Amino acid sequence: MVAPVTTSAGGGTAKAASPGRGPTRGNVLAWLVVVPFLAYVGVFLVYPTVLVLAGAFQDSNGAFTLSNLTDLMKGVYLQAFWRSIELSAITALLGAVFGALLSWAVASGKADGLLRRVVVAAAGVLAQFGGVPLAFAFLATVGFQGFVTKFLQDTFGVNLFSGSAWIFELPGLTLVYTFFQIPLMVIVFLPALDGLRPQWREASESLGGTTWTYWRHVGGPILFSPFLGALLLLFANAFSAYATAAALVSQGSPIVPLQIRGFLTGEVLLGQENLGKALGLGMVIVVGVAMGLYALIQRRVSKWQ
Amino acid sequence: MAVTAKPPRKIAGTVLRVVVLLVLGFYFILPLVAMGEFSTRGINNTRSLDSWTGIFEDPDLVDSILTSVELAVLSSVLMLVLLVPTMAWIRLRLPKLRRVVEFLCLLPLTIPAIVLVVGMAPLYAWVNYFLGDSPLTLTFVYAVLVLPFAYRAIDAGLASIDLKTLAEAARSLGASWGTVLWRIVVPNIRTALIGASLLSVALVLGEFTIASLLNFETLQVQVNLIGKRNAGLSIAVSLACLVFAFVLLFLLSYVGQRRRATVVED
Repeated sequence: MVAPVTTSAGGGTAKAASPGRGPTRGNVLAWLVVVPFLAYVGVFLVYPTVLVLAGAFQDSNGAFTLSNLTDLMKGVYLQAFWRSIELSAITALLGAVFGALLSWAVASGKADGLLRRVVVAAAGVLAQFGGVPLAFAFLATVGFQGFVTKFLQDTFGVNLFSGSAWIFELPGLTLVYTFFQIPLMVIVFLPALDGLRPQWREASESLGGTTWTYWRHVGGPILFSPFLGALLLLFANAFSAYATAAALVSQGSPIVPLQIRGFLTGEVLLGQENLGKALGLGMVIVVGVAMGLYALIQRRVSKWQ
Repeated sequence: MAVTAKPPRKIAGTVLRVVVLLVLGFYFILPLVAMGEFSTRGINNTRSLDSWTGIFEDPDLVDSILTSVELAVLSSVLMLVLLVPTMAWIRLRLPKLRRVVEFLCLLPLTIPAIVLVVGMAPLYAWVNYFLGDSPLTLTFVYAVLVLPFAYRAIDAGLASIDLKTLAEAARSLGASWGTVLWRIVVPNIRTALIGASLLSVALVLGEFTIASLLNFETLQVQVNLIGKRNAGLSIAVSLACLVFAFVLLFLLSYVGQRRRATVVED
């Protein structure tokens, strides 16, 4: 699960070196305090990560090989990667556009207003903790027996599933993903909108600018970088999402996270044990590139705000 | 909102705003309504609360709820024990390490849970060998998963107080480092700690990926399992989860506000 990097630029007070301490013994003791944390993170975060990344380059006997990676470049695995990327890109775009609109509608209200509180809390729930419940919300709405399905059938005689069982395929995933992508956009983008000062608007207006000139020459350019950053974050978020898709699609593995599930639940051919790790490496690379670019943009934005 | 005479383009803006709120509001409320409708369906087009009362009659489900609540509490405690002394200490004595710790804490954002679990599987073979195969051993992974959220909350808390001066004052009055931590740092950033804990609780209660692939029966795993035979029950529990998480986060927004208020008072 990916989450927004919101406000971490506030620090910077603890820059001075430790006052009046001996450089040798005191420092060694000082380091000891940090050891438990580093050891814990080493065992439960770094070790499993290294295991996956290294395993991607090993055959079933542990010898070095590139065959796992070359296998990724063809057939079902390559298809899964493209589908994952397509799904993530489309839902990132939809989420970014509608999320930005929603943020704009909320941002103009009072900062401590009830509307804003409700929207932000609801967005937090859906964006970060939705997972399985979201899949069931989706089924209750447009599933075979869903509320909307039945309503359309009874009132207009429209069958939502005349074409295919689309809700368990890519179109269905796209739709259900917007239910956490739009909220994530609200969380990420709201602070950027709050950064727009009302004085800029007033200055633009007093110079004869219209709403269009304001957004074209002031608001738009300022919000461009945060918007681009949010787009990348949303992409990474959709790409690494697993729970919703897993609860919805129980057969077949259209996207990479579900392919990895296949490897963990035993649908493995002999000699391909480490292919799952190679898929993991592929995911880390894609998410890493998106998050790296996001961090770069974020740094640029915070520099001149 | 005050109703005064507005120039036409402001009215246009307000109209557009209301339209956006109504349309997207409908889009997000519709599934909730659908869940409410679906989970109260009875036989032959009647309404019934069987799905809701069923939550307490399914022993596996009740067990998994208890497991998840225990996990939420344990993970929050472990997270606080790991992070608070380390982060305070780094601000006080080891500023050089700050980047490293920040990087490590934010790392779980770049490693998708579905990838992490691939590496966790062999590790958990060991954990379960030494500690038994209780689902509570998930605490170890969950403490890692909540790191990014907890780190940011606690970091913001520490940034809002003058930790160095407070610590030096306490030390010059003869306090040990333990006293500084327990009686100076913790009370001063308690709202940040509450925030970090609430976020952790919500995250753990909603976690599915790792629990399901390591074969532990937590709340979400059980909800998913039940969905295969009794959709109404799963949908009722899902709705309850979403509402509960919403209440947690809604309360959290007031916790943040109180901190701002006290800073102004000081």
